[in-house]
Amino acid sequence: MRSIGKYFIFIGSLFKNRESFRTYVSLFFDEAVKVGTDSIFLIAIVSVFMGAVTTIQTAYNLVSPLIPDYVVALVVRDMVLLELSPTIIAIIFAGKVGSNIAGELGTMRITEQIDALEVMGLNSSSYLVLPKVMATIFMFPALVITSAFLSILGGYVATVFTGVITPFEYTQGIRYHLNEFMVAFAMIKSVTFAFLISTISSFMGYYTKGGALEVGKASTAAVTNSVIAILLADYLLAQLLAEYLTSI
Amino acid sequence: MIELENIHKSFGNVAVLKGIDAKFEPGKVNMIIGASGTGKSVLLKCMVGLETPDVGGVFYNERNFSNARRNDQIEIRREIGMLFQGAALFDSKTVEENVRFPLDVLTRLPVDEKLDRVNQVLERVGLTDTNKKMPSELSGGMKKRVGIARAIVNHSKYLFCDEPNSGLDPQTSITIDNLIKEITQEYNITTVVVSHDMNSVMEIGDYIMFIFKGDKLWEGTADDVLDADVKAFNDFVFANKLMRSLKKFRK
Repeated sequence: MRSIGKYFIFIGSLFKNRESFRTYVSLFFDEAVKVGTDSIFLIAIVSVFMGAVTTIQTAYNLVSPLIPDYVVALVVRDMVLLELSPTIIAIIFAGKVGSNIAGELGTMRITEQIDALEVMGLNSSSYLVLPKVMATIFMFPALVITSAFLSILGGYVATVFTGVITPFEYTQGIRYHLNEFMVAFAMIKSVTFAFLISTISSFMGYYTKGGALEVGKASTAAVTNSVIAILLADYLLAQLLAEYLTSI
Repeated sequence: MIELENIHKSFGNVAVLKGIDAKFEPGKVNMIIGASGTGKSVLLKCMVGLETPDVGGVFYNERNFSNARRNDQIEIRREIGMLFQGAALFDSKTVEENVRFPLDVLTRLPVDEKLDRVNQVLERVGLTDTNKKMPSELSGGMKKRVGIARAIVNHSKYLFCDEPNSGLDPQTSITIDNLIKEITQEYNITTVVVSHDMNSVMEIGDYIMFIFKGDKLWEGTADDVLDADVKAFNDFVFANKLMRSLKKFRK
């Protein structure tokens, strides 16, 4: 409970005694490149294979003369938009970016770089963490959109190479009765997950005490706690928004 | 001038500082010495605002720092430069960016002027051709020198050094000590050095304060060290053979 309280105080400290706006601009772009651009390759690989495998698995499990083949693509699309792209990619993102954030801040803490910022009169948490949080919140939804597109493309490629269903049926299923709120749902999830990953990882790194061993532990704790928070938030958002999704 | 008034600091039930009073004058190298775990670094942290004293206060030219509002504290902090034990250079920035950093975040000087100041201080610490090097490419002594350059680039009035010689060979230690002494006198800075290196204390210390278990047990100048009659102080100072021989020789 004490850690949760400390976490909320930490989040509050990001917005108190901020530095000037211009200070954050270049930091934001630097972080956006680190968080977003540098993650594209990993996200792309995972997404393409995730879409392809989901298509093949669904096709093999959905064998019935009563179910048209294009339903496979419809299932893939809904799974990708609602769960796979926002949640699975968030978990992978927590592993890559979360551990990086915690490691970076943890190392800065144990090598007194954070103290150096404080001595200069800067609000170190705001200076270091706020750009990371903002960059993650802006970049992660873009990565989720990219992932959804590449997953669906991966599914298409799988149909071409394996013939589990025809590419025409796949395209037909992808376009069939799309509920646009699914995209909004995915964006709500991605913004929530981005906030959780960046703040939890920063919190773990910022309060690291000790040496190299503790930095490693902080990185691991950042990933573990981020993943747990993602799954809890995923469940809560599903409860809150799924009903609305089915009603429209 | 920096004044410490009755500084107390505890962590849980452990009293680390038990009422420290001191005055550190400008243009002098003020040394805080003592064995490991006696509260030197905590006192230094209280002085620069990384810790808040439980009782008492730190005054910078009669301005109360410890109990000041955050904005007033920031104003004072901007007059402070600090050399950390490991230099605390930012890993992702070059030497030039590290030294320029206080100017970037604390001033609105034109880029050319910032660069001029950076080059001036780098030249002053004897690192003229290292602007584009990364901290990982520097030796321990060079890192300390970059740390000093960063600490004085914003025309700091107060310079704090935490164990400036730790991890350095004797020759480099002397270079760093002399640099601190020269800079202190040249810019009339109030310098406070935390150290347990007696060579350094005897070499550059103008005022020496000895802390033992959170109390100030002795104070004086380098000349007074050999004549001190405080047991804990003598145990600390004359722990090594060289200092014992020096005392014997003096007698």
